Amino acid sequence: MNTILKRRFLEQILAMFGREPKKPVQISAPAQEIHLYKRTTNKEKLQAAAAHAEAHMSTSHKWRNRRWAVLIAANLLFVVSFYFDIQILEGALTGSRFIGFHLIDLNSALQVMLAHKHIITNLVIGTATVFVFWLIFGGRSFCSWVCPYHLLAEWAEKVHLWLVKKKLVVDQPIDRRLRTVFWLVFALLAIATGYTVYEAISPTGIVSRALIYGPGLALLWVLAMLVFEVFFVRRAWCRYACPIGLTYGVVGIFSPVRIKYTLEGCFHEGNCRKVCLVPHVLDTVIKGRAVHTEVPIGPDCTRCGLCVDVCPTGSLTYDVKGLSKLL
Amino acid sequence: MSEADKPDDEQLPPAKPAGKVKPPPLSLSKRQALRRKFLRTVLLTGGVLGAALSGYLPMVYARRQRLRPPGALEEKDFLASCIKCGQCVQVCPVQAIKLADLVDGFGVGVPYIDARDQACDFSCDAVQCILACPTGALTYAKPAFLPVRQGTQLAAKPILLAKEKDAEPTLNLKERMGVARLTRPELCLAIKGKGFKGQARGADFKGQMRYMQVDRWKPIPIAEHPYDVAECDLCVRECPVKGAISIETVYAPDGTQRKSPVVHEPCVGCGVCEMICPTERASIEIVPREVWRT
Repeated sequence: MNTILKRRFLEQILAMFGREPKKPVQISAPAQEIHLYKRTTNKEKLQAAAAHAEAHMSTSHKWRNRRWAVLIAANLLFVVSFYFDIQILEGALTGSRFIGFHLIDLNSALQVMLAHKHIITNLVIGTATVFVFWLIFGGRSFCSWVCPYHLLAEWAEKVHLWLVKKKLVVDQPIDRRLRTVFWLVFALLAIATGYTVYEAISPTGIVSRALIYGPGLALLWVLAMLVFEVFFVRRAWCRYACPIGLTYGVVGIFSPVRIKYTLEGCFHEGNCRKVCLVPHVLDTVIKGRAVHTEVPIGPDCTRCGLCVDVCPTGSLTYDVKGLSKLL
Repeated sequence: MSEADKPDDEQLPPAKPAGKVKPPPLSLSKRQALRRKFLRTVLLTGGVLGAALSGYLPMVYARRQRLRPPGALEEKDFLASCIKCGQCVQVCPVQAIKLADLVDGFGVGVPYIDARDQACDFSCDAVQCILACPTGALTYAKPAFLPVRQGTQLAAKPILLAKEKDAEPTLNLKERMGVARLTRPELCLAIKGKGFKGQARGADFKGQMRYMQVDRWKPIPIAEHPYDVAECDLCVRECPVKGAISIETVYAPDGTQRKSPVVHEPCVGCGVCEMICPTERASIEIVPREVWRT
């Protein structure tokens, strides 16, 4: 027992016999350090720091789980509609009928119109319905909440990130302008060749049809892309190639449903940008970049909610434009 | 290092002074990183476009023409207008329609019929696949600007024998899918003057057909409907279209008389004759997209 504590031991015995406690004569160095820290920091700040650390510890998967549930349910509805012949959602993701109402994928419709150069009423009805739906629910929400390839790519991404952590692979980013180039090239190819060229390699269409009508050799192309994403380029297809994503992105420009960034509570730690499929939309979270106290995230955001789940301060939230004012 | 991994505490660059300032030259490692990124971008471009355009190969090396569902536009227009959704597959009561795989190139996901496995027997009465098609790739009425090849048009709307007595006995088809041809007369039982007894395609054959005398509304497996005919006429007996095929007496090249199935103008090319033909391989087959030659 060191001298400081020995003195206190004796003083406590005297206190028992009636002596009033006095201020200590000597305090150990580590204890002095903590006292100093406590004098310069207030209680609220300490509690906030503890809560923040705790928020980092607990990982929420609320939005991811909801999203996966919706994605699987939507694709499963196609499958069971055909398998059990219950006719709720007939067709595939490229074109379908929901209890009789035509639904046409916007990019597939575009390919068909450009290749065939002729438009019929049913095509217009189905395309318009889907257009309005995603105009409301946020454009690229289609990608993360419906597209079956997105889910496969998410799982491949997990493997990729694990390999990166083990230092076995390195992500090889690609020029993002490529997606815009692909969009134009596939549109031009459809016009020039008269074939829906993109549909031949569209992983969305291939996976959707494979789920509903049974697997085929076309899945090999999808598999090749997933392998490429695991070992070479993180989320290569969705980030740098998919014209469907760009089409829905444009539709989502004026969507009321989006992710909102609140500057005040943000610690600028950047975890959101690490989980994001499209980190360029989250440039506003970088320290000193936010142009206003609240900033809506741009149209390329897939509204997947991974950033909402990972944010320890609640600075990123789902938001419906105008709804908060209304309520 | 990807964009997301960069530390987030980078500050805004200081405001640029007025006038032109040359950006500092990039370091060697940065220049190399940029060059590698550019090469990767070119590589992915090549890979994706290469995969997409490899769809051309099957078009160039056009193998056997596919038999398309009834009401299909001309092949090129059909591939362009089909949205590859498979709604036609879903409505077909005999599952005659299949979707093509990767080997069909740009035709991946496009419906076709393998008549020998499962022909279209029109047991849906109203050509449901045409009604289901969302893009008009299968259609009753071709838009005016699309060409019609000589000989694809039917002289009259084909009468479906199954609903001959209905108020509307016809299939509202204007063009044929193909034409049936006696491709292997040397195998044909009718020409040989032979009969046929038993299951037309064997016990294991999965194909179905609607037999009016069995059930008007429900197709049954062909294996469950054995035949016993003194002179084989299965193709004529099961043809769903009125006046499309009959057994006629014809003269062989050597002058001798014999019986033979003869295809007539109303043939729409549905393929029931090819499916039901009991010889192995089929004596009669559909030539897809074939025109009627008088």
